Amino acid sequence: MKRWLIVSIAANLIALAGPGTRAATAQGAAPAPPTNLTVADHPWDNGDSLDLKWELSPDDASLLNYQVFKALGQIGPVNQSPLEFELVGRVPPGTGEYQVSHVPAEIEKSVKDMESHRNLFSDPPLPEDPRKKVKLKVSYLFRVVAVAKDGAPSTSATTTEPFTPTREWFMGNRFSLSIITVIFCGAVIFWINRARKGKPIKVRKIAGLEAVDEAVGRATEMGRSILYVPGTQDINEIQTIASLAILSRVSKTAAEYDAKVEIPVARSLVMATARETVHAAYLAAGRPDAYNEDLIYYVTDEQFGYVAYLQGMMVREKPATCFYMGAFYAESLILAETGNSIGAIQIAGTAMPAQLPFFVAACDYTLIGEEFFAASAYLSGSAEELGSLKGQDVGKVMVAVLLLLGVLMATIATMADNATLQDWVTYLKEIILT
Amino acid sequence: MKRTIPLLLAMSAGFVMIVAFFIPATLTWGEKVSIWFDILASIAFILGGGNLLKVQLKKISDKTAGWGYSVITVVAFLVMLFVGLTKFGVNPNPAFPAHGHWAGQYNEIGSPFWWLYEYMFKPLQATIFAMLAFYVASAAFRAFRAKNFEAILLLVTAFIILLGRTAAGVFLTDFISADSGFQGLRLENFTGYIMDVFNTAGNRAIMIGIALGTASVSLKILLGVDRSYLGSGEE
Repeated sequence: MKRWLIVSIAANLIALAGPGTRAATAQGAAPAPPTNLTVADHPWDNGDSLDLKWELSPDDASLLNYQVFKALGQIGPVNQSPLEFELVGRVPPGTGEYQVSHVPAEIEKSVKDMESHRNLFSDPPLPEDPRKKVKLKVSYLFRVVAVAKDGAPSTSATTTEPFTPTREWFMGNRFSLSIITVIFCGAVIFWINRARKGKPIKVRKIAGLEAVDEAVGRATEMGRSILYVPGTQDINEIQTIASLAILSRVSKTAAEYDAKVEIPVARSLVMATARETVHAAYLAAGRPDAYNEDLIYYVTDEQFGYVAYLQGMMVREKPATCFYMGAFYAESLILAETGNSIGAIQIAGTAMPAQLPFFVAACDYTLIGEEFFAASAYLSGSAEELGSLKGQDVGKVMVAVLLLLGVLMATIATMADNATLQDWVTYLKEIILT
Repeated sequence: MKRTIPLLLAMSAGFVMIVAFFIPATLTWGEKVSIWFDILASIAFILGGGNLLKVQLKKISDKTAGWGYSVITVVAFLVMLFVGLTKFGVNPNPAFPAHGHWAGQYNEIGSPFWWLYEYMFKPLQATIFAMLAFYVASAAFRAFRAKNFEAILLLVTAFIILLGRTAAGVFLTDFISADSGFQGLRLENFTGYIMDVFNTAGNRAIMIGIALGTASVSLKILLGVDRSYLGSGEE
């Protein structure tokens, strides 16, 4: 404890004698500092956030901002300096709190987007910004300085004891989501069980899925092949798994009709899985001899390399039917337009909203979002799988209720200028919907 | 057994990912599962590379239509593999002089691998991507044919949006004062309104359906209700 008191006093002395004081003397009067800086663990988190609070400077109205600094506390080797304070954030005047490690979701997303679009070879790695982060089981000291509009800093308010963030057993900001998850999963399981007991379930006709047999039949009549593209993503993508479920049905029909299905893939694991799926479908159709694993082959992981291959293959071999089922990006329209130009009947399905208009414009049938996920249940006709679709309806009701509630609350909060309702709307938007 | 073990693996990995999302102490478990997948996918690349060679060499051997392209594919694959794996032409790392060029970066600027990537692969990739512009035009031409009321509505909306996003659109409705009560009719504002209200509403409806569908399919896979991805359930 004594050591920390010495550290704390030393930190304050350094702050007083530091460049900030010299700058203030040179440029004008330093503002009064903030006081009573306290630090507390952020509740219900992963132990990577701390909440700072302080009393505003008496000169708050004339400030540019408050600057928050952090320094490592005494945790490791004794010779590790605990006094290297680094800037972690700037807070506008009038605000007396700051959450260290808080990175807004939109910033986090934009960094992830930048990372995913980064050229591996030519772009430098994105700098990781460790300033705001605090780590579990590591102690920290904090300092807050008021900065005047002319840049003159005040003396600092510094925490006297190092503080260590702690981890709770549950992520508090995901509590609402966990409730929604439990209700939704419960509803799906309930309807699956209900369907198992033989209760009839009505599912509306989906034109794209009704056309599968017709499309396979057309290829058989024309004596041409069927092209099945299971997207460009790997097997850890749920759309690829949903696509393989549809492939199972397409292959079984093709085996019955003695049609040839060609499946070029962009991922090795998808190739291995698709072979198993198609093999089992041929067995189920009673045609194991007709199964040819060479028709399911790997092309390349590269998006446009894969597209170039498919385009060339389509133009040369002119398949009578093309299925595009899975996750697609920019290649969707190139594939669908090429298929259209060779006169193939085309059925597409994806859960990528940005690609749906392209498929709708260029394909004969398109499974939009949830229809694509419902395809496996629809095609199999299995009661328990159809039951899960009914469970999804419960989710839709929940969403509708939340939507109505949110719209009502937001409207009333604005009209009545009610702060409590406004808080609820913020909670709904930032916690439940995020 | 051939289906039970993959099913159990899929189920346990899925449940770990769900638990890791809600319980901080298990966060690293979820990350580990993701890393395992990456390792698995990397190993599977050997399978893919082998298959690529097998298929393309067979096409060359059989002289099937377009076998010349297969020759190019095989040559390109082998050259890139050789240059990358052997670190051909890479400068030695001064920090590790004893290891020669093996300690250098395979993708350093100016290295043969970098050159092949920058001046061979990237232009080819850009060429295919650029073709998209022509396909957008042909698809738009077909989609915007005024065949019925819905198509006319789509055509008019698309026309407004396209015009509103150009300088010509802004110029055309420049006579409406930005301070007047009719400022919403300025093409750039009207475009924004269509995108923010009608387009967003439609998009969100699709997104909600997708989210529920994803959750439902995931649950079916985790519970083993949907096993079609492992092969037909009738096996």
